[in-house]
Order: sequence, then C-alpha cells, then structure tokens
Amino acid sequence: MSPRVTRAVGGLAFAALVVAVAVLPAFVNDFKAQQYAYVAIYLIALLGLNVLTGYTGQISLGHGAFMAIGGYTTAILMAGNEQFGGPLGGGLKDVWTLPFAALVAGLFGFAFGLPALRLSGLYLALATFAFAVAMPSAVKRFEEWTGGGSGINLFGTPELTGSLTNVELFGWELTFNDWLYYLTWTVALLAFAVAWLILRGRTGRAFRAVRDSEIAAVSSGVSLARYKTLAFGISAAYAGVAGGLFAIANTFVNPDTFPIALSIFLLVGVVVGGLGALSGLVVGAIVIQFLPLWAQGEDLGALLPDRIIAETQKPGGPAIVYGVVLVLVMFVIPNGVSGLFHRAGQLVARARMRRT
Amino acid sequence: MLAAAFADFMQQVVSGLASGGIYALLALALVIIHRSTGVINFAQGEMATLSTYIAWTLWANHGWNYWLAFPATLALSFAGGVATHRIVIRPVERGSVLRIVIVTIGLLIAINGFVIWQWSGEPHQLRSPFPSDVLDVGGVAVSVQDLGTIAVALGIVVLLWLLFQFTKVGLALRAVAVNPEEARLVGVRVSWMLALGWGFAAMLGAVAGMLTAPSVGLDPNLMQALLIYAFAAAVLGGINSPVGAVVGGLALGVILNLLSYLSQYRFFDWFSEELRLPAALLVILVVLLVRPGGLFGHAEVKRV
Repeated sequence: MSPRVTRAVGGLAFAALVVAVAVLPAFVNDFKAQQYAYVAIYLIALLGLNVLTGYTGQISLGHGAFMAIGGYTTAILMAGNEQFGGPLGGGLKDVWTLPFAALVAGLFGFAFGLPALRLSGLYLALATFAFAVAMPSAVKRFEEWTGGGSGINLFGTPELTGSLTNVELFGWELTFNDWLYYLTWTVALLAFAVAWLILRGRTGRAFRAVRDSEIAAVSSGVSLARYKTLAFGISAAYAGVAGGLFAIANTFVNPDTFPIALSIFLLVGVVVGGLGALSGLVVGAIVIQFLPLWAQGEDLGALLPDRIIAETQKPGGPAIVYGVVLVLVMFVIPNGVSGLFHRAGQLVARARMRRT
Repeated sequence: MLAAAFADFMQQVVSGLASGGIYALLALALVIIHRSTGVINFAQGEMATLSTYIAWTLWANHGWNYWLAFPATLALSFAGGVATHRIVIRPVERGSVLRIVIVTIGLLIAINGFVIWQWSGEPHQLRSPFPSDVLDVGGVAVSVQDLGTIAVALGIVVLLWLLFQFTKVGLALRAVAVNPEEARLVGVRVSWMLALGWGFAAMLGAVAGMLTAPSVGLDPNLMQALLIYAFAAAVLGGINSPVGAVVGGLALGVILNLLSYLSQYRFFDWFSEELRLPAALLVILVVLLVRPGGLFGHAEVKRV
C-alpha cells in the first residue's frame, strides 16, 4: 500500500476508535467503565514505553517506577504532605496535577537517561529493573514526602474531584466512573495524537535510526546522547501522566500501588501490542487489564472449557493460564498485534494488485 | 575482647560465603544461558523453586529417602531444563531478544502459578542435607550447614569446570557460546548444545533451591529475592564469565553479611536488613555504570 493509503486507513481507524470510545459507556455498566478507564491509563503508559523500547530500541523493565513518580506527584499536589511533616500543602484539583506529573516523571526519566547512555540491551533492562525493584524502598525511605508505608489518600477533600458526588460536565451528569472513563480516554487519545506527531517527523526518524544502528545514526549526524535521553524523558513523561491518572482512579497511593509486576506487565503489553507501531497498543492495553480477568474465567474467559475454568478457580490457576497464553501469543504473533495489522494490510494490497 | 570481635567477624564471613555460594550457583545458571543464548532467563528462579518442590514432595509425600530424592530431583530438573528449551524457547529463538524475554516472563508466571496450584501457598519444611552441628575452628563457631553449602557450591562449580574444559561436550558447549555459526559448520549440533545449557542451568538452580529451602522454609516465592541477588552477582562478576559469577556471588554474600554485621558500629549504622536487597541493586547499578563488563568480563566491542 502506498503511504497515502496507509495514512488514510490509519486516520479512519483512529476516527473509529474515537467514536467507539465516545459511545462505549452507553453500553456498559459503571463497573465496566472503570475497567475501561484503566485500559486508557495503560495505553498512555504503553505509548511512552513504545517511544523508548519500540522506536529507540532501549528496553525498560522499570516503567512502573516512572508511573509511581507520576502517581506520587499527583497525590502530593492534591493531598499535600504537611500531615507527614513535608513541605507541600496540596489543594490542587486532580486534572491540573497531570502536567506536573508529566514534568516530574519526565525530568526523572531524563536524569535516568544520562547514565543509561552507557548501557544497552540487556544491561539497560537489568538497570531499569533494579530501579523499579528499589522504588518501594525509596518511597518508604522518604516518609515525610510520601507518607511512607501507609501512603496518601487523594480525596481527603472531596471538592478536589467528583469521587463522592456526580460530576457535572457540559450539562451532563456523570458518575465517578464515567467521569474517570472520559477523563482517561480524552488524555489517552490526546497522548496518542501527540505520540504520532512526534514520531512521524524528524525526531521519530532519529529515534528509529538509533534503534536500527547506533553507528550509522552517529555517522549521519544524529546525536545519540541527545535522542536517547530525549526518548527516556518523553517516555517517562507519558508514564508519569499514566501514573497520575492511576492514582486518581485508585483514589490512594502507597508503595504497593506500583509493584514490580506492573513494570513487567507494561513490557508484556508493548510487545504483545507490537514494537515500533502505534496501532496495536490499544490491544496491548486491553491485554494488561483484561487478560488476568479472562484467566479467571470472566468475560471472554467464559469461552474456556468448563474443566479448565473449574481448575482456574483454585489459587494459582489464573497465573498458569496467564503465563501459558503469554507464551502462546509470542509463538503465534511474533511481531505483536501491529505486525498482524501490517500483514493484513499487505494481503489486502496484494489482492487488489491481482485484481487490476 | 578483640579476639571475640574477630571470631564474630569470621563467623559472618563464613555464613556470607554460604549464602554467597547459593547466589553463585544461580548466577552461574544465568551466565550459562546468557553466554549461549544472549538472554537473561527471568524464569530461572521459578524453575529452581519448582525443582525444590519436587524434591520436597518426593521426600515428604512419597516417602523417598532424602538421598534418593536429591539426585532424582537433579535428573528431573536437567530433563525439565532441556525440555523447556526444546519446547518453549527454540520456537522463538530466531526472533528478537525481547520475544524470548517475554516468553521467560510467561514461564515465570506460569510456573509460579503451577506451584501454588499444586502445593498451595502454605510454607513447607524441607530437611537439610547437612546435620545442624556447630564446629569450633580456632575459637570461631562455624555451622556444618554453612560449610556444607560452601563445599557443595564449590564442588559443583569444579565439576562443571572439568566438564566444560576437558570433555568433548564441554568443548562443543564453549564453541557454541563463542560462535554458533562456525560451530555448526564444524558439525556441532548447536540447538542440542543450547538445550544442554538449559539443562545444566536448571540443575544448578535445583541445587541452589535445595540448599536454601531448609533454612528459610519452602514457599512459592522462595527464589524471587534470590534471583535478584543472582543478577547482582552475575553483573558484578561479568555476565558472560562463569568464574566471575562464582566470585561475584561469594563476594556479594560476604559484602552483604559484613554490612549487616558492621551496622552495629558507627558509620555503618544506616544499614539495616531491609536495605539488603536495595544494596544488591545498588551493586548492579554501580557496576553497570563504572565497569559494565563486570570484574571478569570485558565490555562488548562492536564491529561495523
């Protein structure tokens, strides 16, 4: 397919996604709306991780830590940390904390990107993994900022959000979960568009050049230091926004809110969605949110044979299904869902060629 | 007074060497797989946990003699490692490294789930291969457990070294690690050699698990922290260097134990038991930044 057709198909798909997102709450209940809000949150984090891992080729096993930084930024700006002896009074309304979450996490990412310049591949994966494992200890250590092990309750003052009452938005009255759904998806779609804009031009080309061959990139005048740290910064800023929204959706944060498993699931999501392409990431985000539920025999999981569902009711059962499905997915679609879309596009193009 | 302090100190060194020996075994498993496949096996710890549960169930549930269950577990683990490579890893080997990483993560989750599903999350008690006596060596109290652990760890390392250095299979294994394509050209069956590597790694993990479980209790998360110590040990020694993994493991064990010991004195009182894991992670970060090749490895050199 010519680039123009590809772009047209992409634009149409994006428009379809926007429409689907807009009307979905009419068809699902309040509880489901909350689950879909988490899909949007994971999508934002995956967009960021894909900038780093998919486009620039830097593996991160620690993006949950950047989400934690964003989540704590949001929590501290809303609830303050004076009650633990910290310097900040809080009082910012939830939505307005998100730019700060992006900024703080982005700065941390940028700072982490500097030493990471010396590392590549597996070494970087291990370093980021270490970062994520150490994060809960760091949160506990700086107790006067973070509230230590007991964490921060975001909505101590209900005026900061619509958590206790319904939210009035453009003349519509929304429940907390519907409001959360629209908030997260608006941010996610914006983030998606911004990622597309960043990646389509000069910067995106530079990222891909670094991924495909660092030596070739340098000899073409691409500064490795500049683009690698930039990718880390952008990526962490996305994770920060996702973390801020995660904190809002969760209504509290503590050291266990962003466990090491979250970092691992994000990497799983980005690989399942497809590295170096945006189209499959929605599926990656759905997998992160729903695969654990399906593995317990809910929703799609109800299609599993009854004998398997009976076994998954036991402790440990869902994890077996999850792990096995993950391995099978890697067998069946090695390039993730985006790769699948790409193949489908090629098949359609070939069929059209044959007809003319 | 000074003599007593010295005895305390030596005791900490010996028990540090014992836990370091266990880190070394698991680190060696990681290194063997990384050298040949270029991948960190995130499931290494869970595979070891599964092996330990097999040993426990043979001994406690099926009434096997412990000294029969021990080698049987090693054999089963070896077969399991080989099978894992043939069935799960080989199909994705040609793809990107990330695919293999995700597959090992899938294995990690599935094996952990299986252990809980089969044997419940309750902790169990596995007997130790060594008596719980304490020896007096020149005023230093040394437990037979610790000595035995160090002896077994070093013994296995020596056996593996002999195998790699002086047998035809060992030569083939090394050839595959250095250059798989040329090895294939001279008639080495590369894929089976990789599978053997996975077998040895699984066996090392099984030994590590069976040596750890008696003192900390056998539960499904037995090896999770240990895997991170093993990462740190492997990185410290150089992730491609088997010698480095052993030295790194022993050094890490001693360093961490001495930090706990010294925390009773000034200047070290910031250290506490909860900082053991972060300290290991700090080792990873510092080594990666200062000397990415580790103590015994060398940094990767890229050819254009």
